Amino acid sequence: MSEPFVHPYIPNTAPDVRADMLAAVGAASVEEFYADVPADLRLGRALDLPEPLVAEQDLVRHVSGLLARNVPTTERLSFLGQGTYAHHVPAVVDEVIGRSEFLTAYAGEPYEDHGRFQALWQYQSLMGELLAMDVVNVPTYDGFQATGTALAMAGRMTGRRRVLVASDVLPAKLSKVRDYVRVHLDLEAVTPVDGTADVDGIADRLGDDVAAVWIETPSRTGAIEHRLQAIADAAHAVGAILVVGTDPVGYGVLTPPAEQGADIVCGDIQSLGLHQWYGGAHGGFIAVHDDPRFVMEMPSRLFGLATTDVPGEVGFGDVAYDRTSFAHREEGKEWVGTAAALWGIAAGVHLALMGPQGMRDLGEVLLARTAYAQRALGAIPGIRLTDGAVHLREFAIDVAGAGLTASGVVDALRAEGIEPGVVAGEHELVVCVTELTAQRDIDRLAAAVTGLVAASAAEAAATLDTVATPEEHRA
Amino acid sequence: MSLPIAPKPAHRRFHQARWDEPVIFELSTPGERGVLVTAVEPGVRDAVGDVVASLPEGLARRTPPALPEMGQMRVLKHYLRLSQENLGADLNVDVGQGTCTMKYAPKVNEQLITTPKLSAMHPLQDPADAQGALEIIWRTERMLAEISGMDEVSLHTQGGSAAIWANIAMIRAYHEANGEGAQRREVITTIFSHPSNAAAAKAAGYDVITLHPDADGYPDLAALKRALSPRTAAIMVTNPEDTGIYNPAIREWVDAAHAVGALASYDQANANGILGITRARDAGFDVCHFNVHKTFGTPHGSGGPGTGANGVSAALAPFLPGPRVVRDGDRYSVHEGGPQSIGAIGPCHGVVPNIVRAYAWMMALGAEGLRAVAETAVLNNNYLMKRILEIPGASAPYATGRRRIEQVRYSWQELFEETGISSEEIGIRASDFGMHYWTSHHPYVVPQPFTLEPTESYSKAELDEYADVLAEVAREARETPEVVRTAPHSQSVHHTHHDDLDDPERWAITWRAYRRKYPDAVGA
Repeated sequence: MSEPFVHPYIPNTAPDVRADMLAAVGAASVEEFYADVPADLRLGRALDLPEPLVAEQDLVRHVSGLLARNVPTTERLSFLGQGTYAHHVPAVVDEVIGRSEFLTAYAGEPYEDHGRFQALWQYQSLMGELLAMDVVNVPTYDGFQATGTALAMAGRMTGRRRVLVASDVLPAKLSKVRDYVRVHLDLEAVTPVDGTADVDGIADRLGDDVAAVWIETPSRTGAIEHRLQAIADAAHAVGAILVVGTDPVGYGVLTPPAEQGADIVCGDIQSLGLHQWYGGAHGGFIAVHDDPRFVMEMPSRLFGLATTDVPGEVGFGDVAYDRTSFAHREEGKEWVGTAAALWGIAAGVHLALMGPQGMRDLGEVLLARTAYAQRALGAIPGIRLTDGAVHLREFAIDVAGAGLTASGVVDALRAEGIEPGVVAGEHELVVCVTELTAQRDIDRLAAAVTGLVAASAAEAAATLDTVATPEEHRA
Repeated sequence: MSLPIAPKPAHRRFHQARWDEPVIFELSTPGERGVLVTAVEPGVRDAVGDVVASLPEGLARRTPPALPEMGQMRVLKHYLRLSQENLGADLNVDVGQGTCTMKYAPKVNEQLITTPKLSAMHPLQDPADAQGALEIIWRTERMLAEISGMDEVSLHTQGGSAAIWANIAMIRAYHEANGEGAQRREVITTIFSHPSNAAAAKAAGYDVITLHPDADGYPDLAALKRALSPRTAAIMVTNPEDTGIYNPAIREWVDAAHAVGALASYDQANANGILGITRARDAGFDVCHFNVHKTFGTPHGSGGPGTGANGVSAALAPFLPGPRVVRDGDRYSVHEGGPQSIGAIGPCHGVVPNIVRAYAWMMALGAEGLRAVAETAVLNNNYLMKRILEIPGASAPYATGRRRIEQVRYSWQELFEETGISSEEIGIRASDFGMHYWTSHHPYVVPQPFTLEPTESYSKAELDEYADVLAEVAREARETPEVVRTAPHSQSVHHTHHDDLDDPERWAITWRAYRRKYPDAVGA
């Protein structure tokens, strides 16, 4: 550095300060601090990086310019889900998690970071009410990790290896869970029937070597499991643990799994007040009953209420810290690290804003719009709903009967500014609606698919040159 | 009194906000609403009927969840008060959380990400609609590849420990692919490497061997050579270690691991002091990871979301987690992992808002800036070490008389023996001066430990203020120990009793459990 390099993010690049500090420690140059780094490991050249944009306005122009190339779901009509969902995020949620005090804190103690402890304990508590569970963790990374850990807990508790996977699970999630637990557990699929778990099939496969039955509800295709209690009873009869992976968004109207025999309930909180962020905003919850056999197997931090020297003052601390890898390295339960606390605070604010009536209203609008979309698409000739289960937010359609492929539907509708769903097979498309998807949006999708089906039928009839584009459906 | 204003006293007369806020459930007023939900359209209702009433038997919730009922401004006010009772890095001289690299997260980056052009992007959109996001991910990975020297980098993981898990999962898959999975059952780490290296290796099914340093605090090469064998799957080490000591024999460590067929995994959580100085690949490592939220300037979010970056050599590249962003000419696309990929660790492309922040942070600095980051972080650390070692009762065990890289693990053992005041008590008292302080990871190999990592973000005056606070607390420990023992005095809450937190009969992890266990304490 022949000329002084002074950067706004690095106050002590000011030349005089730097010189003063070197003098204070008796060093001729910073080189002395690197005496332990051998010469043959030194880079010996400048890093080959793009030219920096040190003036803030230049940086803004560059990064904003790149982001401007994105065309977000607000500029398309999106029916995309499969783990990331477009829900309304109340303004107060973003206001709270944008506060410097929360945004830039990390791992302070229950004194100077009292607010963080209270906000996260309240998150645990608000989730506990929604899920009817007494214990909820400080969030782990995402629903994938939460499920992997929930099953690992079941394995440790039972000392058994077999896990019955009785629902249709997102492939990426199944991939993660399988690789995460494969040293300790063997996953066996019990193929669902008509969208939900095959209760008889589970019973046939259960035995005293089964650690857990894993149910996903809603499933990969949004199907709601409606025989949880029977599954729980069968699992418990052989000493197995019922692990239910779920999305909490529906429990304003749906019976929480804990009330139907679930032992561990886990999943993702992205639906509770988090934007889509290109799939980059997830947090994992693990909820159990207040039973130390379960609690002591949890790797995550758990915040608990505590008294202080002042009567009436609300204090907090870590519950059973000795469980964790922070306390005992590899002797702790799995590991704990920086995960998704800010998203947990967001989910808590979201639940506080929604209240019981808001969550009920949201659940109802999701069920209603989903049912409406199922009818609208299922009524199109050649389009078939893949199962008869009750669905929340997502459902699958089979387009084979219309002579179409799922990717063909996607390609054709993208040209109209519609993302009609996620391709899940040659002919299977998973369609997602939320409270942001209005009736007219669903009608527009149905019209576009209808047009496509008509065009396909016409093509099949070899009347390619005579069929008009059904513009009237696209309005 | 008239002007002029008197000079400031030697120490800041800090007091944290103390709102004495109840838990949120106690603020509930039946009938209040915080936010309303869009209504079901009449046309939808006509078509589908009462969807709740028509749910199958047992599926409709009987009792509504006992969430609080609050007007919008009450929710806002409650949480803003809680935020004021929290000491973020933007507000304090956050050098007390060693190993965590509490640096400045630039505000312009918050502005940059706050756009529907990023927040309203769905990960399964047409890649043609996501070219900006994909290009930023790709460019960030390439910059981290240059910084680490590794051939390929993935930003798929959501934190440092998730990245450590990805490291060991790749190592496991690599040995299995070579038919050595059953043979290689051990992972070697060091006691001054982050605990997640040991814990993730254990979770992946490995037996963990933990090495202690030599008498001078340097990683012990002879001990490593004794521990290595054909059973070794990998060494997983941090360098510089959490003591701030750089292992000068790191190349020999890697070579020794390779000599028995093991892989070498580099935890670069402490990379802030060596950016542009030395690189993981140049020391021969096969895999490495960065804690992007630490070294590359994204806010720590009260404990996440973070972001991990996994760097690998070409030989390990087939095992990287997926999906991957691929560049083809000037277009970017998404590829699922290949047949040897360990698959997804989490959803999609990782913590995208953090990736954009990190990209902007690196682009604001460039090569010269990153070098200045490293050099200044190291200068700040050695300056602060000088100031701390001037405090009677404080010491820096190991490597006596030598410089440290970006942090130092200190000890109050001498002060503790003299006064009975522990490092933990000193930390609580330091909070009364508006300073955050942390002891260290367990186990406390260094007695009465504390770990300071000043990064590049704090001015000399701030470092002086932090050292002055610790000197003052040490003085109090000798002269007025009760002031320290009964701390905090200027915090949001007073001394907290932790006895209930380890008793299953008494702990209260949720309000629901508290109501059940202490029914008399809660109004009906």
